[in-house]
Amino acid sequence: MPEARAEGEHPGRLPGAETPGYRPNVPLERSIFRFIMKYSKRQQLVVLGLTFVSWPIIYLTLELPKAIIDQAIGANGGWARDVLGAEMEQIAFLMALSFGFLFFVILSGGVKYVLNVYAGRLGEQMLRRLRYMLYSRILRFPLPHFKKVSQGEIIPMITAEVEPVGGYIGTATSTPLYFGGLLLVYLGFIFAQDVFLGLAATALYPLQIYVIPKLQKRVIALGKARVREVRGLAENIGESIAGIAEIHANDASVYERAGIARRLDRIYTIRYEIFRRKFAIKFLNSFMAQLTPFFFYAIGGYLVIAGDMTIGALTAVLAAYKDLSSPWKELLNYYQLQADIKVKYESVIEQFDPPGLFDEALQLTDDAGPESVGNTLDASGLAYSEDGQSKTVDGANFSIDLDRHTAIVGSGSSGRDDLALLLARLLKGTGGRIELGGQRLDDLPEPFTGRRMSFAGPTPHLFSTNLRDNLDYGLRHRPLRTAADPASDRTRLDRYIRDAHAAANIDADPAADWVDYEAAGVADRTALDRKCVDMLRLLDLGDDLYRFGLRGTIDPDERPDLAEAMLTARAALRSRLDESRQSALVEPFDRARYNTNATLAENLLFGTPAGGAFDIDRLAEHPFVRQVIHESDLADPLLEVGRQLTETMVEIFADLPPGHAFFDQFSFFGSEEMPEYQQLLARTAGQSPDEMREEDRFRLRSLPFKLIPARHRLGLLTEGIQAKALKAREIFAETLPDMLRGEVEFFDPNRYNRAATLQDNILFGKVSYGEANADGKLSTLIGEVLDSLSLRDAVMVAGLAHSVGVGGARLSAAQRQKVNMARGLIKRPELFIVNEGISNLDGAAQRRVLDAFLGEMKGRGVIWSLHRPGFARNFDHIVVLKGGRAVEQGSFAELDKEGSVLRELLESE
Amino acid sequence: MSLNEEVEILRNIPMFANIESSKLKLLAFTSERHTYGEGEFLFRQGDEGDSAYIIVDGEADVIIDTDEGPLTVAHFRRNALIGEIAILTDVPRTATVQATTRLDTMVVSKELFFRLVMEFPQIGVEIMRELAKRLEATNARIRELTAA
Repeated sequence: MPEARAEGEHPGRLPGAETPGYRPNVPLERSIFRFIMKYSKRQQLVVLGLTFVSWPIIYLTLELPKAIIDQAIGANGGWARDVLGAEMEQIAFLMALSFGFLFFVILSGGVKYVLNVYAGRLGEQMLRRLRYMLYSRILRFPLPHFKKVSQGEIIPMITAEVEPVGGYIGTATSTPLYFGGLLLVYLGFIFAQDVFLGLAATALYPLQIYVIPKLQKRVIALGKARVREVRGLAENIGESIAGIAEIHANDASVYERAGIARRLDRIYTIRYEIFRRKFAIKFLNSFMAQLTPFFFYAIGGYLVIAGDMTIGALTAVLAAYKDLSSPWKELLNYYQLQADIKVKYESVIEQFDPPGLFDEALQLTDDAGPESVGNTLDASGLAYSEDGQSKTVDGANFSIDLDRHTAIVGSGSSGRDDLALLLARLLKGTGGRIELGGQRLDDLPEPFTGRRMSFAGPTPHLFSTNLRDNLDYGLRHRPLRTAADPASDRTRLDRYIRDAHAAANIDADPAADWVDYEAAGVADRTALDRKCVDMLRLLDLGDDLYRFGLRGTIDPDERPDLAEAMLTARAALRSRLDESRQSALVEPFDRARYNTNATLAENLLFGTPAGGAFDIDRLAEHPFVRQVIHESDLADPLLEVGRQLTETMVEIFADLPPGHAFFDQFSFFGSEEMPEYQQLLARTAGQSPDEMREEDRFRLRSLPFKLIPARHRLGLLTEGIQAKALKAREIFAETLPDMLRGEVEFFDPNRYNRAATLQDNILFGKVSYGEANADGKLSTLIGEVLDSLSLRDAVMVAGLAHSVGVGGARLSAAQRQKVNMARGLIKRPELFIVNEGISNLDGAAQRRVLDAFLGEMKGRGVIWSLHRPGFARNFDHIVVLKGGRAVEQGSFAELDKEGSVLRELLESE
Repeated sequence: MSLNEEVEILRNIPMFANIESSKLKLLAFTSERHTYGEGEFLFRQGDEGDSAYIIVDGEADVIIDTDEGPLTVAHFRRNALIGEIAILTDVPRTATVQATTRLDTMVVSKELFFRLVMEFPQIGVEIMRELAKRLEATNARIRELTAA
C-alpha cells in the first residue's frame, strides 16, 4: 500500500514514519554523559564558546572599579591624562570610566542571558528527545514485560523522574565552565593584586574538594533509594485505584491505608536523612567560606598598614572575594546536582531495556511487505514459554489454509491463548517458526501484519474517545490528508517541524486525517460511518447504537441535514400522536403555556442550558433569575408556595426515620435538613416577607423550582402563579444579557435545539407523568417515525459519537468485545485471528455474532481460538490442541468420533 | 387533582379508612398517577407483578384465561385496590386487568407498598382483614359451586 501524501502538505514534513536524527533500534546510552555527548556535542560547543566570550568581559567589570577608585577618584592634582591620544579632565575621565563600567556590566548580563536561554532550550530539546526515546521503547516492550512492570512505575519515570535531567543537560557543560571560569577570573584578579591574598583565599579549597564528595556519596545512595520508594508509592496508588471495588468489598481500606502509611514513612525517613546530610554539608561549606575573610582582614590589613598595598586594591579584593563565594557555591551545587541526575538517569534507563524488544525497524518502515498473506499459515515446531521453563506451546506443527475458517480448540491449559497471540505476532515464539505464505512471520513489517491481519482478544481496550474513533483505529497508520490549510499558519508549522526534528521527534500531524478509507473499501468519511453502522448492526450492537444516537447531541452546523431531518421527525411524531389519539403522551413546549410536566425551573428557562451558567438544578441561585423573579411579581407567591411546600414535606416526612429511602426518592430536602426546615417554618411563621431573613427568603423561594405539577400533584402552583411564571419566562428571554445568550438554547418549534438530545428534539415536549407506560409507547412511535423517514441509520451514525468512557468503561464488557470485533472487520483483513473475542456475550448472542462474523469473513482467513468447543461445528477446519501440541486436525465430521480429543472436549462442555 | 383529593379517595378504601391522614398523604405523594385509555391493559395474567393500582376514576374488568378462552370474573370501580396479591406474594399476576373506560389510577410500587406495610402496622392489619374477607368470600363461592 503506497502512502499517498496529501496536496498542500508542508514541504518540511516527512512522508511516512521517518524522523531525522532518530534511528530505529538505537540503544539507550547507559551514562548521561555519553547521552549528552552523543546528541548535543555541537550545541555544547556553542555553550562553551559563549562561556569563553564572557570571561574577559567579567574581568573588565572587576578591573574598572579599581581604576575608578585608584586613578580617577584617588589621584590628586596635576591632572589631564592622555587617554587614547586625547587629553582628559579628571571629571571627564571619571565619567568615561564609569560609563565604561556600566557598558561592560550590561554586556556581561547580555551574554549571560543569551547563554541561559540557549542552554535552557538545549535542555528542553534533550529532555524531549529522552522522553520520546523512552516512550518509543514502551511501544517495543514485549507483551509479557507488562506483567512485570506496572503503569504506576513507568509513568512517573517518563513524566517526573526525567524532568530535572533536562534542566541539567542544558547546563551540563556551561555551569562548570562558566562558574569555573568566573572563579578563575576572580582568582586571577586576586592573585594579580597579591599572591599571598590569593593563597589565603584558596587555602581551604583542597580540603573542601576532598571532604565534600565523601559526604556526598551517602546522599547519592539515599537518592537512589528515594527514587525506588517513590516509584513504589506510584505503584501502590495505581493498585488501589485498579482494585477499588475489591478494597471496598473486602473491607480492606484500613489495610491499604496502612500499606501506604508505611511507604510514606520510608520516603519520609529517607528524605529526612537526605536533608540532614545536605544541611550538614552546607554548614561545613559556609563555615569554610567564612574562614577566608578572616585571613583577608588580618593579612590584607597588615599589608595596607605596611604600605605594601593600596586600600583600593584591598577593597577590590574584598569585593572580588565576595563575588568569589557565589561561583564556588554554584560549582558545589552543580556537583551535587550532577551526582543526583546521574542516579536518576541511570535508574530510569535500566528499566527501559528489557530483553526481547520488538524490532523497531519493522514498526517504522514504510515497506508494507508482500502483496498478500498468501494461501497458508504453517507452524513448525512452534514453542513458547514465558519463563524459559514450562512450555505452554510445545512443538506445535500445523498448516492452515487462509481462505477457510479454522478453529483452535483445547482446554484452558492447552496453550490456546498463547498460540493465538503467537499467530498474531503479539508474542515471539521461543522455538520453531510460523510462516505466512512462505514468509517468516517474525520478519514481516508491522505495516503488513497490522493492516492485512486483525486480532481480537477477550479483554479489548477501547481508547477514551468515542465509538467512531475506536472503530476506525485500525485504519490510522500514516497521515494521509492535512487537517487544515497549512498555508494559513506557515510559521507555526515551520517552528513545529524544526523543533520536532531538533529533538528527533516525529513531525507528523496527529490532527491530520489518518484514516485510510481505501483500506476499508469506502470512498470517504460518510461511507465509512455507514460501514461502521453496518458492522455494529452485524455484530448485534445496532439497537444499542440507535439508543446512543437518540440520547446524543449533534452540532447542527456540522450536520444541517440531520438537524433539519429531526425537525421533520418532530412534526411527523406530532401528527402520528394526534392521529392515534395519543397526544396526551407528550406535553409539547408552547411558549404561551405552562408545561405541567416540567419543573418550574424548566418553565422559567424555557430552553436547554447550553453552558455552565444555568444549571437547571440550581437555577434559583442565579442572580439574573432572581432579578427576573422580582420583576415578574413572583417573589412573594413563590415564598408562599415554598412555605406551604415545606409544611407539606414536614407533615409527610417528619415521622420517617432519618436516612429513610423515601427522602432521596421523594422529598424536596434530605432527612438531615429536616430539623433546619422545621426551624425555618417556626421562625418565619406569621412573618411578612420583609421581616424574614434574606437567607430564609432565598431558601423558601428556591424549593418550588423543582415542583412539577403533574408529578407532585400538590396543587401549589396555581393558575395565577403559572400565569406569572409565563410572564417571567418572557422577561427572562427578552432581558437576557448578551453575555448569557449562549448559555441557553430556547425551545423553538421551528428550530433544532443544539443543546438537547436527538430524542428530546423529536419529542419537543415533556413526557406526561400521568400516562401509563408513556416511555415505552413513545419509543415505539419514535422508532416508527424514524423508519418512515428513513432516518434510523442517520441516528445510528450520530450514535458513533457516543463517548465510551475511560478505557471503554461506559460500555459493558460484551459491548466492548463487539466494538473490538467490528474494529477488526472494518479494515477488511485477509486474516482475522480471534482469541475468545466474544466470550462475554450471552449464549444466544454468541451464536448470532459468530454466524454473522463468519458470514462476513467468507473466503478470507479466520483463526479462532474457541472458548466453547461446540462452536467448532461452524468452522471448516479444526486444530485440536493438547499440552501445547496440535494433536488432531481436520474437519468437524472427521474429528467428531469415538475416542477423539475433540469428542472429549465436546462432552465436557 | 390535588393531593388532598387523593387522600379522600384513599380514605374511602376500607383498607385505608382508619389510617391517619399524614400517612395517607405520604402514600398518595409517593405513588404515581397513571391514566389508561379504554381497552388498555394494566397488566396481563402471568406478568411479573411490580405494582398495585387504586382506581381513582373509571372502570376495569378482571379477566382469567381458561381453557375455554378468557373469562371475565370481576369488575372494578372507583376506590378499588387491584393487583396487590402479586406484589404481596411474588407470584405472577393471577389475572388480566383491562380498562373498560378511560381509567385513572394511583400506582403504588411494590417497593413502596412493602415499605408502607412494614412501616405502619395499621395498614398491614387492614390488609389482613381485607384478605381474610376475600378468602371467606372465595370459600363461600367454592361451597356454592361444590353444592351445585
